[in-house]
Amino acid sequence: MDTQTTYNYKVVRQFAVMTVVWGIVGMLVGVIIAAQLVWPQLNFDLPWLSYGRLRPLHTNAVIFAFGGSALFATSYYVVQRTCQARLLSDKLAAFTFWGWTLIILLAAVSLPLGLTSGKEYAELEWPIDILIAVVWVVYAIVFFGTVLKRKTPHIYVANWFFGAFIITVAILHIVNSAALPISMMKSYSAYAGTIDAMVQWWYGHNAVGFFLTAGFLGIMYYFVPKQAGRPVFSYRLSVVHFWSLISIYMWAGPHHLHYTALPDWTQSLGMAFSLLLLAPSWGGMINGIMTLSGAWHKLRTDPILKFMIVSLSFYGMSTFEGPMMSIKTVNALSHYTEWTIGHVHSGALGWVAMVSIGAIYALIPHLFGRKQMYSIKLIDTHFWVSTIGVVLYIVSMWIAGVMQGLMWRAFNADGTLTYSFVESLERMYPYYIVRLLGGGLFFFGMLIMAYNMWKTIAGSEPADEAVAQTA
Amino acid sequence: MSNFMHWFIIIISVGSFLGCLWLIWSTSKPRKGEAAQGEETGHTWDGDLAEYNNPLPRWWLWLFYITIVFGLGYMAFYPALGKFAGTGKWTQVKQYENEMQAADDKYGKLFKQYAAQPIPQLASNTAAMKTGQRLFINYCSTCHGSDAGGAIGFPSLKDRDWLYGSSPEAIKTSILDGRSGNMPPMAASLGGEQGVDEVAHYVMSLSGAPHDASKATAGKARFVVCAGCHGLEGKGNQAIGAPNLTDDIWLYRGSIGAVKKAIIEGRAGNMPGHREFLGEQKSHVIAAYIYSLSQ
Repeated sequence: MDTQTTYNYKVVRQFAVMTVVWGIVGMLVGVIIAAQLVWPQLNFDLPWLSYGRLRPLHTNAVIFAFGGSALFATSYYVVQRTCQARLLSDKLAAFTFWGWTLIILLAAVSLPLGLTSGKEYAELEWPIDILIAVVWVVYAIVFFGTVLKRKTPHIYVANWFFGAFIITVAILHIVNSAALPISMMKSYSAYAGTIDAMVQWWYGHNAVGFFLTAGFLGIMYYFVPKQAGRPVFSYRLSVVHFWSLISIYMWAGPHHLHYTALPDWTQSLGMAFSLLLLAPSWGGMINGIMTLSGAWHKLRTDPILKFMIVSLSFYGMSTFEGPMMSIKTVNALSHYTEWTIGHVHSGALGWVAMVSIGAIYALIPHLFGRKQMYSIKLIDTHFWVSTIGVVLYIVSMWIAGVMQGLMWRAFNADGTLTYSFVESLERMYPYYIVRLLGGGLFFFGMLIMAYNMWKTIAGSEPADEAVAQTA
Repeated sequence: MSNFMHWFIIIISVGSFLGCLWLIWSTSKPRKGEAAQGEETGHTWDGDLAEYNNPLPRWWLWLFYITIVFGLGYMAFYPALGKFAGTGKWTQVKQYENEMQAADDKYGKLFKQYAAQPIPQLASNTAAMKTGQRLFINYCSTCHGSDAGGAIGFPSLKDRDWLYGSSPEAIKTSILDGRSGNMPPMAASLGGEQGVDEVAHYVMSLSGAPHDASKATAGKARFVVCAGCHGLEGKGNQAIGAPNLTDDIWLYRGSIGAVKKAIIEGRAGNMPGHREFLGEQKSHVIAAYIYSLSQ
């Protein structure tokens, strides 16, 4: 059969299934380290099970393995369907899948071994960094090559966001990972001191902005209108919030370095731009939620839509919280506390994971020639389990974080600090336990998803739909 | 900062703000031949994906404008635009200094009063010792433990055994200027492995710990090399912080293995000075607290 007459669903299937697999792995590691914070002896005095090594494994696994696979799967699916064109090259697409899988496996070995460049969310050592750069460039070639051979006159909004995400992540990764290798597994950053910190957080915040936001907005712009059966609320809003979002995110990094050696002017600029980011972020939330207006009744019967609407709500909430936390006065209280952890997870679990889960549920039946998932009821169960999980997680970390911040700055009448660090840590136990419970629920939800996916796929024939011919 | 950087920063940051205004303004304008408000734009993708040509929500636009105005105002008041210090002349160093000054004005009197009292007298002042304990827990407990009981390599401060002497002055000097307790590797001067083994057994015998008597006897002769610091009887020397080896109190564990390790590799203990960080007066109160622990 002429392969150009069908869409390439093979690579989409591979990434979609691995999204669930890596989600389970990454969240399991998260649950383990959450438990270690309650019971430190759970590291069994083994260096490769220690918190300091498992924590980067958790973040890398959930962001790049779970989130990355979701982005690869959905972007490859969306770009083909909205461009009415098969992927530019099956070989290159397969290379991105196997390359990305190899990177994840290398990370899973090297991080517990303690091989790290010490840069948050960019811990992998230089040989793996080079491999990431190569795979990413190939990804860009496949994606933009497909956009170029599109048969539709216009480029759909989801592809703007996927495109911005792919280009920017390439730049961020290459610039921030620049390093001088001294051996196969050790390198030193190309930047020194404060500049290194600024480059790191320019990368770090834009990893949030482009990997975890722009990419997932791409998912939202395809799957929300599809699932709701409604047109996108406002094309104009798409234009304004796309351009403002991608131009302003670039500036927000310095808010991670308030009250440090970073020059005052850089800190102030970072804060002003972080506040400016509120409206562009909310533009995406409005466009998503308003797309559902007129289809609210579908929420009663479609748990996939529930995942999406709740993910948009969490997106709106955490993109309000973020600019607030970037205000110096607020940051003076929140920085270095559990509040930050809560904020990150309201974005990561509430927004990123839930929109991905919804999209994968919508995607799987198409990829395996089924009418729908094996059990809609189990999707609903998954929805409630994970929503309760996220809420427990965030609320416990809010309380813990604000309490920590207040305890650290409490003074006695003689000017001494009221609490020692250990005393504030001791007060964290109940909240750490609730967090563990919330994270555990979210993890359990992924197991439900895996079962549902297994039952849907088992015995099915891989489906490869024909390329649509109408323009 | 060079003039080029100064203007570069100003142009791109103010430019970004103005760019947002232009973006809103140009997108809000109706274009010729476009769909009416509330209508679809006419483009479809993947069968049924379409877009309404709805206007930007008004409340959202206002939110955007407010953040733009606030941001420009903020960048005018605070240092943000290159070398321009901002009309408010704020710096984080000034903020820090002001807060420290305010705290000093408020609490300085109390500490001045404490500093005027000799340490033994201050050590019986309950309120001062409460303060001393809080300071100790925040600044000293990381190494010496919350109960001042010490840890391996970090001396206990409540056991009446002192590396540098029990006088209030010695304690305060330790806090203000720090201490550096260095023992050089001694294996070569003790005649290699056998010598190390014998001397280690002799050292164990000094405090009555389990040891091999014949090795200890042989080690006694070799101990002369150690006596320069630890004294002929092994009772140490507080002038240089050489520990007493006869009292069964150990800075680095009292096992034959740990003693051998010390002889072969040497030891380097380092307590940082706190004169700059805590100042004379607070160090005085902490010294009194530590002094009180062994009274």
